[in-house]
Amino acid sequence: METDFTPWASLAGGAMIGLAAVLLMVVAGRVMGATGILAGALLPTSRDDGAWRWVMIAGMVTAPALYLLATGGWPEITVPVSTPMLLVGGFLVGIGVTFGGGCTSGHGVCGIARFSVRSIVATGVFMVACFATVYVVRHVVGV
Amino acid sequence: MRLVLIFPIGALFGLGIVISGMGNPAKVVNFFDIAGTWDPSLIFVMGGALAVTLVGYRVAVPRERPLFDSSFHLPIAKKVDRRLILGATTFGVGWGIAGFCPGGALPVLGAFDASVWLFTGALIAGILVARLGPGLLARRASA
Repeated sequence: METDFTPWASLAGGAMIGLAAVLLMVVAGRVMGATGILAGALLPTSRDDGAWRWVMIAGMVTAPALYLLATGGWPEITVPVSTPMLLVGGFLVGIGVTFGGGCTSGHGVCGIARFSVRSIVATGVFMVACFATVYVVRHVVGV
Repeated sequence: MRLVLIFPIGALFGLGIVISGMGNPAKVVNFFDIAGTWDPSLIFVMGGALAVTLVGYRVAVPRERPLFDSSFHLPIAKKVDRRLILGATTFGVGWGIAGFCPGGALPVLGAFDASVWLFTGALIAGILVARLGPGLLARRASA
């Protein structure tokens, strides 16, 4: 299924993601990794540690409603895979981000911006694995 | 005060995800489908996020401590080990199968699309298994 090329919206959205990462570091001294925030919210080390993570997640989930207010429409969410694949993928992502210590926002944005060698390596590895997986799923297996 | 500020930072992150297209799995998978319906938009998300974060971390972040915390909370791991590589690979495979990453999915939970909740449920299951599983296995082995 084709999607529209949206360089300006993507650049603007990316800049907002970056600005949020900078602000979280300025305000709370924290890396804005979605994986770490979610895992720490589920298994907090203290009440205070859990609190800021749940507030951050609560802020995040208001985004589609804010988008609706601004544009009059819900954001487009098209899932190009079957439900079983979505569940298998989600489970693998959960395993992988835990052992890999982060995801796109944590390693790919905050880690690279901190010049972390671990993050630069991890980002390269998960991008290559993703390119390979999509190729196999779409063009070899042909789902 | 810290929590009051973190909420809008979460909303800014979420809005960035929604506007950039990272919350739409069809766009994410198409970015990785160079041999098929390629949509290069996501390179602009990464570019925008990194440009702001690379500069912002150096210009805006105070040296001594964050504005509303007594110290910075930065990842301390430095080693590129097998755990990091295998974890990042697993994440990349899951990402390619499902099209969602944690940062992409959490904000669009607020759009109340069933597929996002299913993915997030599987993601949480994966995180909990990876975090708690090894400890449970060790306890059983020693019992």
